[in-house]
Amino acid sequence: MDILSNLALGFSVALSPYTLMLAIIGCFLGTIIGALPGLGPSNGVAILIPITFTLGLDATAALVLMTSVYYGAMYGGRISSILLNIPGDEPALMTTLDGYPMAKAGRAGDALVLSGVASFVGAFLATIGLMLLAPVLARVAFLFGPAEYFALYLLAFCTLGGMASNNQAKSAIAACIGLGIAMIGVDSSSGLPRLTGGNLHLFDGIDFLVAIVGLFAIAEVFFFIESHGKGSAIGVVLDKVRIPWKDIVATRWTMLRASLVGFIAGVLPGAGASLGSFMAYMSEKSIAGEKGGFGTGVAKGVAAPEAGNNSAAGGALVPMLTLGVPGSGTTAVLLALLMTLNITPGPTLFRENPDVVWGLIASLLIANIVLLLMNVPMVKIFVKVLTVPAWVLLPGVTMISFVGIYSLSGSYFDLLLMIGFGVLGYFLRKLDVPTVPVILGILLGGNMEDALRRAMTLSDGDATYLFSSWIAIGLWVAAFAGFIAPMFLRNLLKKPQAVTD
Amino acid sequence: MASDRIFGLITLITAVAYIAAATQIQTNLFSGQFLPKLFPLLIGAVAAISSLVLIFKPDPDPEWPQSATWLNMAIAVAVLSIYAVLITPLGFILPTMFAAGIISYQIAPNVRNAALSGIGLSLLLFALFKYALGLGNIVAYKIPTLASLWDALTILIPFVGGH
Repeated sequence: MDILSNLALGFSVALSPYTLMLAIIGCFLGTIIGALPGLGPSNGVAILIPITFTLGLDATAALVLMTSVYYGAMYGGRISSILLNIPGDEPALMTTLDGYPMAKAGRAGDALVLSGVASFVGAFLATIGLMLLAPVLARVAFLFGPAEYFALYLLAFCTLGGMASNNQAKSAIAACIGLGIAMIGVDSSSGLPRLTGGNLHLFDGIDFLVAIVGLFAIAEVFFFIESHGKGSAIGVVLDKVRIPWKDIVATRWTMLRASLVGFIAGVLPGAGASLGSFMAYMSEKSIAGEKGGFGTGVAKGVAAPEAGNNSAAGGALVPMLTLGVPGSGTTAVLLALLMTLNITPGPTLFRENPDVVWGLIASLLIANIVLLLMNVPMVKIFVKVLTVPAWVLLPGVTMISFVGIYSLSGSYFDLLLMIGFGVLGYFLRKLDVPTVPVILGILLGGNMEDALRRAMTLSDGDATYLFSSWIAIGLWVAAFAGFIAPMFLRNLLKKPQAVTD
Repeated sequence: MASDRIFGLITLITAVAYIAAATQIQTNLFSGQFLPKLFPLLIGAVAAISSLVLIFKPDPDPEWPQSATWLNMAIAVAVLSIYAVLITPLGFILPTMFAAGIISYQIAPNVRNAALSGIGLSLLLFALFKYALGLGNIVAYKIPTLASLWDALTILIPFVGGH
């Protein structure tokens, strides 16, 4: 009954007419952002954080707005996956495998509605899972000391590097870039500047929002300059949109299984939504077998990755809220949002700010329902968004990013730094170096160092203290396994390539 | 092959420089002698090892753009940098008009479309930020003086400007 009373508290926070309006605006904006080519959940939310911050909304309102945008962008991402064969972000890749063939076969409307329903089921079940699992994990997290936290942060970087990238060395370098940047600024214990090179602008450290917007949004501009905005024309006609009841009923077990698989993948720190949609698709493919026709545009192939993807996104909130360790790029951006609002995720969050946590969970449920209601009748409007040409969209995104970052500090320095991160992001992505560990490093570097320092202070500099408890040893083992195992599994679990015309 | 090796070399040099800088971190009585240096040193070490791995085991080269595209991207970086320093003395509308127009031209070289998106975006975003979101203090327009313009542009010249 604890959960129900907590949920009642959450709804009392999140269900005022004002926040409901924010949720609807957020869902609408989010779906558009997700549908726009070149914008996805992570960079879309990243651009909006500084602006929300400047608007002076209170924590709950900002949280409701941004989670609605986040969920909306996850929904909207499938529109460009299905109609254009362009995944808005990494996890959406799996949706293109069957979604695009289905759309080419003249069933674009069915694919869109079905994926919308699958998204709803995945996200809804994951939110319920979050409600059940997060308080339990928050209690376990009280057992964590500095040694355990250090190992946990390490685990996040290792699994992220192992699962999400093709080359471990590159993801390790990416993590080091982020962590190294996080060290810049005035040291909290000595009060002396570290690694600033005497530059006064760097004494405050580098704001993670500058890095996120640079790496995610500005870098995109360079990719569009390179491609000259090609490849964003609709090749698929969308006529009447009807609700394909038959497909929805036929895929009900697929959706449930995919949600479960996705949720488990999402809860693993560092693994996130990419793994969720991948595992969901692959497990359904093997259950269906050769006769299932996966890859040719079958309903199950659309439902499975969408349910898995959205469920993993919900599952990724569990380690993010209870331990402060995000599981994916988008949850890293959400963590950045919480930190901007001066909310520190972790086990104490559930005790000290129950209104924020349960308000967030309630707003996830609300956003989910709003999105389902909005997406089925209005899908044609969102499809129109796809026709916005890149030569208007990208300059617009750039200028909004500039205003947002400029509003943080009013300094040219942050803007130049953001351009620098944009250039860095271009080269990193060109070289197949993942950028999410960079973000994660900047976000978590301070906490990770803090854990290490406290461990060293407690043990008087004895390094074996880091392995002094079974939880810590377990996390270290998991970290090494997560980093090394994918090297051997890579040949077994080959990612399917996107379909080409 | 070559791209990864060059990247590895750059990160290796950076990592070594980072380690060197980390050994020079100032400490005092509150922080202890070693703790402020420990984590930066670890990061530098991991980065250096990973760089070496990359130099010895590089991936195949990505497809790099043509030289004309490099020029376009360099122009974009230059335009954005000038935009970044001019937004303080000149305000929002005028620099945005040019910056948005030029970026638009870099993506799709069509003068009419670029001009339209420059003008349209600057006015639209100005209206959006000022009237809809109430951020007039950020997108205000200003009348520059020659001195303030020069001050702003010198920021981009190394070792001359910047405060």
